[in-house]
Amino acid sequence: MMTNTHFEQAALRETTRRHFFSDCRLGLGGIALANMLGQQSLFAERDRTTNPLAPQQAHFPPKVKNVIYLFMAGGPSQFELFNPKPKLAELHGKVIPESFVEGKRFAFLKKDAQLLGPRYKFQQYGESGRTMSELVPHMAEIVDDMAFIKTMKTDVFNHGPAKLFMNTGSPQFGRPSMGAWVTYGIGSQAESLPGFVVLQSGPRGPRGGTPLWGSGFLPTSYQGVPFLNGKNPILNLSSPEGVSPEQQGDFVSAVKDLNSLRLSATNDPEISTRIASYEMAYRMQTSAPEMMDLSGETKETLDMYGVDPNKPSYARNCLYARRLIEKGVRFVQLYHTDWDHHGGGQNLEKNLPEVVKQVDQSSAALIKDLKQRGLLKDTLVIWGGEFGRTPQGEPRESTGRDHHIDAYTLWMAGGGVKPGISIGETDEIGYNAIEDPVHVHDFQATVLHLLGLDHKKLTFRFQGRDFRLTDVHGHVIEKLLS
Amino acid sequence: MYRQLLIFATALALSGSLSAFADDNVPNYERDILPIFKERCTYCHGENEQKSGLSLHALGHLKRGGDRAVSVVPGKSEESLLYKALVEAGDIPKMPLDDDPLSKAEIDIVKRWIDAGAPGWKETPLARRIVKTDHWSFQPIADPTPPQLSDSSRVRNPIDQFVQQKLINENLSPSPEADRRTLIRRLSLDLLGLLPEPKEVEAFANDTKPDAYEQLVDRLLESPHFGERWGRHWLDAARYADSNGYTIDGARSIWPYRDWVIEAFNRDLPFDQFIIEQLAGDLLPEPTREQLVATGFHRNTLINEEGGTDKEQFRVEAVVDRVSTTGTVLMGLTVGCAQCHTHKYDPITQREFYEMFAVFNQCDEPYLDLPTPEQDIQKAELTAQVSAAKQALKEYTSLANKEDSIKTDSWKVIEQWLSSPERFWKPTQLAKVSAQGTTTFEDLGDHSWLAVKPENHETYILEFDANVGILSGLRLEALTHDRIPGKGPGYTPHGNFTLNNVRLEKADGTEIPLVRAVADHAQDGGPAENALDDDPKSFWAINGGKIHTSKEIQFELGYDVTVTKGAKLRLILEQAYGTTPYVIGRFRLSQTSAPRDYLQVALLQRQKWEQDEKFDLKQKSAEIQKQIKDLDPEHKRLQQAIQTTEAQLKNLKAQITRSMILRQRAQPRTTHVHVRGDFLRQGVEVNANVPAVLHDLPEGVDAPNRREFAQWLMSPQNPLTARVTVNRFWQRLFGLGIVETENDFGLQGSLPTHPELLDWLSREFMDQGWSVKSILKTIVMSHTYRQSSRIHSDILKDDPQNRRLARQSRIRLDAEIIRDVALDAAGLLSDKMGGPGVYPPQPEGIYVLTQVKKKWDTDTGPDRYRRGVYTYLWRSSPYPFLPTFDAPSPTMACTRRPRSNTPLQALTLANDAAFIEMAQGLAERILKEGPDYQEGRIRYAWEVCFSREPNEEELNRMSRFVSQQKERLQGAEAASPLGKSVDSDKIPIADRAAWLLTARVMMNLDEFITRE
Repeated sequence: MMTNTHFEQAALRETTRRHFFSDCRLGLGGIALANMLGQQSLFAERDRTTNPLAPQQAHFPPKVKNVIYLFMAGGPSQFELFNPKPKLAELHGKVIPESFVEGKRFAFLKKDAQLLGPRYKFQQYGESGRTMSELVPHMAEIVDDMAFIKTMKTDVFNHGPAKLFMNTGSPQFGRPSMGAWVTYGIGSQAESLPGFVVLQSGPRGPRGGTPLWGSGFLPTSYQGVPFLNGKNPILNLSSPEGVSPEQQGDFVSAVKDLNSLRLSATNDPEISTRIASYEMAYRMQTSAPEMMDLSGETKETLDMYGVDPNKPSYARNCLYARRLIEKGVRFVQLYHTDWDHHGGGQNLEKNLPEVVKQVDQSSAALIKDLKQRGLLKDTLVIWGGEFGRTPQGEPRESTGRDHHIDAYTLWMAGGGVKPGISIGETDEIGYNAIEDPVHVHDFQATVLHLLGLDHKKLTFRFQGRDFRLTDVHGHVIEKLLS
Repeated sequence: MYRQLLIFATALALSGSLSAFADDNVPNYERDILPIFKERCTYCHGENEQKSGLSLHALGHLKRGGDRAVSVVPGKSEESLLYKALVEAGDIPKMPLDDDPLSKAEIDIVKRWIDAGAPGWKETPLARRIVKTDHWSFQPIADPTPPQLSDSSRVRNPIDQFVQQKLINENLSPSPEADRRTLIRRLSLDLLGLLPEPKEVEAFANDTKPDAYEQLVDRLLESPHFGERWGRHWLDAARYADSNGYTIDGARSIWPYRDWVIEAFNRDLPFDQFIIEQLAGDLLPEPTREQLVATGFHRNTLINEEGGTDKEQFRVEAVVDRVSTTGTVLMGLTVGCAQCHTHKYDPITQREFYEMFAVFNQCDEPYLDLPTPEQDIQKAELTAQVSAAKQALKEYTSLANKEDSIKTDSWKVIEQWLSSPERFWKPTQLAKVSAQGTTTFEDLGDHSWLAVKPENHETYILEFDANVGILSGLRLEALTHDRIPGKGPGYTPHGNFTLNNVRLEKADGTEIPLVRAVADHAQDGGPAENALDDDPKSFWAINGGKIHTSKEIQFELGYDVTVTKGAKLRLILEQAYGTTPYVIGRFRLSQTSAPRDYLQVALLQRQKWEQDEKFDLKQKSAEIQKQIKDLDPEHKRLQQAIQTTEAQLKNLKAQITRSMILRQRAQPRTTHVHVRGDFLRQGVEVNANVPAVLHDLPEGVDAPNRREFAQWLMSPQNPLTARVTVNRFWQRLFGLGIVETENDFGLQGSLPTHPELLDWLSREFMDQGWSVKSILKTIVMSHTYRQSSRIHSDILKDDPQNRRLARQSRIRLDAEIIRDVALDAAGLLSDKMGGPGVYPPQPEGIYVLTQVKKKWDTDTGPDRYRRGVYTYLWRSSPYPFLPTFDAPSPTMACTRRPRSNTPLQALTLANDAAFIEMAQGLAERILKEGPDYQEGRIRYAWEVCFSREPNEEELNRMSRFVSQQKERLQGAEAASPLGKSVDSDKIPIADRAAWLLTARVMMNLDEFITRE
């Protein structure tokens, strides 16, 4: 009897595995094949039958295991933070030459806008001699760990579509986000937390909302799970009032037993997945609040990040990001609003320094902290927005810049990335890339590459087409790799 | 041979002296051009391949041009893309691509042919694209005969013959019919999305009539909840939501469309009509309100409200979405792939995409008001009131404006007035001037009179005839004169006087009210209006300012009197102040019929104008006009009447339900191919058309409008729509379609597992008049549908996805249905249908991550327990329960929901407060409706939730749980919050809490959220 059940379970699992692979048409043919051939697996291969997020082997040995993506929503100004342009300062107040703006489209600017010199002072830091603005003194301390891309290029100039483009490789809705592609590709090592977690800070949510971390046409298991502020970061995480932990245990056990009885009556393997989901949920009820509880962090750590444990902030989210990847969470994304400094209500003089102050110290602290704990080599940290800002000023009552898509700055740090390097060069007013342009799809291809995934092979068949994060484009930025 | 000839001909042409051969000199397409193309071009631009949409193998095709533009402009080689490509002019790479160029002579022939007006061009008709394909889905729907089976014991209709024939071929046999309890639960969930009542289950299980099952099916299909269940499937495809999407995601009103869909399923609107009304209801003859609402289908596109966006870009995206959605939903083709380039796999060119784009490119996107009959009446009344009020004002103004010369608009009048006031004032020849006292008067001949030896206090009486059409105002000038001591205008040494009261009378002594007075100058404490206040002590006086200069005061007649020309009038001026003669020395009276409003304003503005050099009259126009209007109380009253009724009308209009619809544009738009899908890069202009791979348009239709397109789509000749539609019905009832890739019937899609069955069903669907209820009934009546879903191990081994249909499938319920079923089991479900979206309880904090916080006033009444299809749907942050259970993001058409199985689903069912509320409802039902002992109650819970009895093991396990909870809760403080919420005072609070927790377990079991 016992043996029979055991056999049946094994058969079910095997079938379900095949069911999963054929039904979802995983574009990971290579992986499945590699496993069947018994080739060496970098991560412990787990069964996807009961856990769609079980770690999977990558296409090739990865450089990093986890990603922390610090998304600066609204479009930070590269000219005030990272990319001083002496010539731009010189030409301050002059109308931009027509050759730059011919055929270009802007959200708000007119073609004859005047150039605006960088508003802040810059100086060189570190062995790399990297020039940084006075607004980011903390980031200046870690320049030798950072890799800059000064020539990021995107296709769309409105916030919503541009954020979708950065995250999903398409300006339209319906595609899976980067975190979803990654967890679909290689699963997650977190046993009791979601594989893809989203944290948010700033005055409002990022424009674009849930599709930014959605799973698109991939199974829902791969969508980002937003963590909220407070003891219970996940919706419906805590047991109902009046239900003790023991009773929650009774509940899970009764559900499991009764589901198992139904499983033997129907032989439907979905029921074993359901049982596993309840067990995972039960573990999350303990592990998620534990993760959120900062009482175990030292004062030094809290001070380094600038965290008040009782107050929601970007800094606190940075600390959570470290704690999440420590638990094996694959992809952590932080959104911080609001960087949309057009001038007027959101200007470069007052509002930009305020928002920079909210992120400078903690972003740098995150890198330092990961480094001192030996985690940086296994982690890729990304810092940047959906686009940058124009060399032209916007004619409003106080200074600002419009959205700029042709050359903006983004930095990374961590495993597989050449520290202290700077990729790309822009023309003298910082309008266009003149050397090593990096398109969003190139950036995405590179992130996948660092995780051991070939962006051309990570596909999913949907509506008659094999879709990829990088659409039909993208080249890995070889110069960036260490 | 011909090449030699050509070269010879070219050489002759170049010699330039062969006019006698002029006719031969003009190249002929067939003879001279085509051979060149055939040798050098048609490999890429020919019958088999049409790169960039261009084909050169026949003149009719050359004439169609490519995706970029028309290839030839007859007579103008320099403007012809064909020629430019050969000589590398403009932005096209030189052709032939990556190959030797054509020879000079060859290029020259092409050039000369074009420059000669491209002989043959005009006469040659445009070639229709011819597509040959043997792909199954493009072939006409066959009329297969169901195979005869030797064993028909498990055959209930032809569906079973098709399915079982295949099973027999593979040495398999169908599963037995499921038991009655499973069948009634399955049918209820599939057709209504609701649970059968335990009583209904019992009755059906014991119903021995041979047609018991059919009667059940008929009863369920007649239920109004059928439309809610099947309408929801369609709303997925329609990408229905209640907000605009993108970043701002503002609210929109389009729920009448949702209700139309539900209602259309309930009245079994034939599916062809259902589609035609949605695509083109507005183009039907005399469309009904419902047919207009139906066009909301293609208004479910997103609207970007972000600042700084290009409106055209997002309009184009919406039209692209309409084409793609039409393709996916109704043709099962990924036509959206052809937006940027010709479809890689399917015979759909990029140009054809834009030909369909042209069909949908002719819409305006208005709202349609949907007033109730009462609102209609109210609206008519208020509209009439508004126009009556406006008319009253108009009449009033025109009456006031009646004087001969002054009929122009007010501003002109003011301007004229200010520049030459004398034009408007007609000096009066006074008939007689007398005084109450001893003062006498002298006529100075210029209409002015001089007072002689006035008394200190004196009243003047000026008698005169009205000398203008309708008298509207009087002006009294106080003038200087040498014979007045101190020059005047008053008789005091400094020239001052007081005018204490002024009255105007008719000859018979009746007073004519003067309503306003205004002077060009007044001393402090002596304003002009004092002259009209009947107070003998107050006065108008002129101290201060420039003394010994003339002054004037104007009086305005009330509107309610009409003094016409010739009337005998008397103006009485009372002057009484101090002990010196504070009286006017010389005076002149003028009359006007100028619009009364202007008098005062004009004078005031004139003062300013004269005092202030910078005063710019034009700039003040609006202000002055407003002043004018404000002055007149009657005008004000009429104005206010308009405002009040207009506000009421506006208020009423705001209450009237609206719905977003399509309307055909009056001014047609031209459509171009968008090169690489970029709307800024316009390629060749195209007309509306249908893809060549499909059936033809009817005779006489070339550029179809939406109605003609929709009718073409629903034509019985269409090989796709009926197949695609019945396949989706099948998918809803079996988990997967006969064609698994239900939205891709193209070359990349999967093949039908039962092609003959698919065609038989498609024919049946059309033959039954596109009746959705009939075809669904046909399917659920089959043995194939009624089979048990239990997985026999042998079948499981071979066919985990159940492609052979040797059993039924266990299917997890759709998101909305899970909640509906829980509400149903809890006895809470409201059966109210339709109306605006509702706001059931949701967890706190879900708007942290959206740009704009969304309105969500959680309902407390019955709306809290409405079916999920009525939940308000914000695109940027849907009701969290829905996406957790795989409800699609309503941003694009979804024709098949994935079914995932995640820990977040477990957390939701286990802990969501809304579900605890439902568990509480279920617990109450168990305690009230069930027997009064533990096992009986458990049995009843099973009947409610699973329509069956628990087996021994299940009963024991649950019993153990109930006892365990009772024990844990005995006397525990913790029992109170749970126990108190269950309404049953006969049962101890700990027991109540235990039953709530039991109900919670029931609702968390896999079987609860699965139809078996």
